[in-house]
Amino acid sequence: MYDMEQYYQATSVADAIAALGADPAAMPIAGGTDVLIQTREGRHAGCHLVSLHGLSELSAIREEEDGTLVIGSGCTFSEITNSPLLRPHINMLCQAVDQVGSPQIRNMGTIGGNVCNGVTSADSAPSLMALNAVLEVQGPNGKRLIPIGEWYAGPGKTVRQHDEVLTAVRIARENYEGFGGHYIKYGKREAMEISTLGCAVQVKLSADKRTVEDLRIAFGVAAPTPVRCPKTEAMAVGRTVDEALVKELGQSVLTEINPRDSWRASKAFRLQIAKEICRRAFRQAVAFAGGEIHA
Amino acid sequence: MLKIIHVKVNGKEEELAVDVRECLTDTLRDRLGLTSVKKGCEVGECGACTVLIDGKAVNSCCYLSVWADGHSVLTVEGIKGPNGELSPIQTAFIEEAAVQCGFCTPGLIMTAVEIVGTNKQYNRDELRKLISGHLCRCTGYENILNAMERIVAENLARQQKLN
Repeated sequence: MYDMEQYYQATSVADAIAALGADPAAMPIAGGTDVLIQTREGRHAGCHLVSLHGLSELSAIREEEDGTLVIGSGCTFSEITNSPLLRPHINMLCQAVDQVGSPQIRNMGTIGGNVCNGVTSADSAPSLMALNAVLEVQGPNGKRLIPIGEWYAGPGKTVRQHDEVLTAVRIARENYEGFGGHYIKYGKREAMEISTLGCAVQVKLSADKRTVEDLRIAFGVAAPTPVRCPKTEAMAVGRTVDEALVKELGQSVLTEINPRDSWRASKAFRLQIAKEICRRAFRQAVAFAGGEIHA
Repeated sequence: MLKIIHVKVNGKEEELAVDVRECLTDTLRDRLGLTSVKKGCEVGECGACTVLIDGKAVNSCCYLSVWADGHSVLTVEGIKGPNGELSPIQTAFIEEAAVQCGFCTPGLIMTAVEIVGTNKQYNRDELRKLISGHLCRCTGYENILNAMERIVAENLARQQKLN
């Protein structure tokens, strides 16, 4: 038995919003792979849960007319990984969420939960940051769109209000078309592991594939929230794709991140990894974008 | 607080009164006597409680029983043949000596059922990843992977014969 005092299964998003609004102590639950496990550990003793589990409104993956990819917040990680609609466009995210927990966890956990947790180690977060994802949130007064760059308010905190529900993650065409992207997760083992550090690189090259036209670098666990490296990104635009740039990127990102010492890894070690996986992710992203790195 | 749910368990429609706080592992074990579903870590790490819900492998320890309402659940008890024979998957596990203490086995068998259900070919590395949600402290996984490889190959051969 889980230690919960109240449980309510919402019948729709509007119903969930009303239920959350009516109970200041209520907490939303979707896939359950965080909430139930934390409850088992006693972290939410006596919790009140409002379940979004299985709501059909939240389960679709679609493409809008202007090319915006819309992922329902209730989609599981494995649904995203296996989506024939997403893979050709944002394979970086499809592969990133394929590194969460285990196959069973990926059949249960949802992208919405991963985003709403607000944790810096969420495997989807660096890719979503690099893709300039926009979060669609619904509350009693209607919908609002929040760029993911404005979403995180601190460790485990987001700007989602108590009675708001994340309904979808939106990725506009201009943020994926023509780009190559790659996410690298560093962990001590390859499964059932929380990221020690993660880096997503999304790059667009010039028509001749020799210079950087657009670059996004995002890290997880390199700061209290997932972060981008705007200075490094700006520095790289217009530069020739060569070994000198690769080297400089790794060095430059270190001025924009602030990892901490934790039992998982020291700050010094995280900085070392950040430098290296940023370079490796960039190399792979360039290859995916059709480019080559010259010495 | 009890709630009535309707679940198809191993092909049979069941009407159950479950506590809303209950996890599916407990419902299957205690209300239906399906003790192939093992209680291991109970936090989604070990995979001993793995069952299929609508064909997908999930950790039943992190799954509220009320969520199963209207869905179909499969456990090891549900994969035997019409006369109680072992399934080809179970036979492969035995013949490849993929079973030692047996505690992780039912969960792994259910993941194998999911894998075979895709009718796809997998190499050993892919299989390694697909069983990464299961902990086995006896075998060292080698024989489990041997069994998995064999099941996948046998299934594909069967599919080819049918086509």
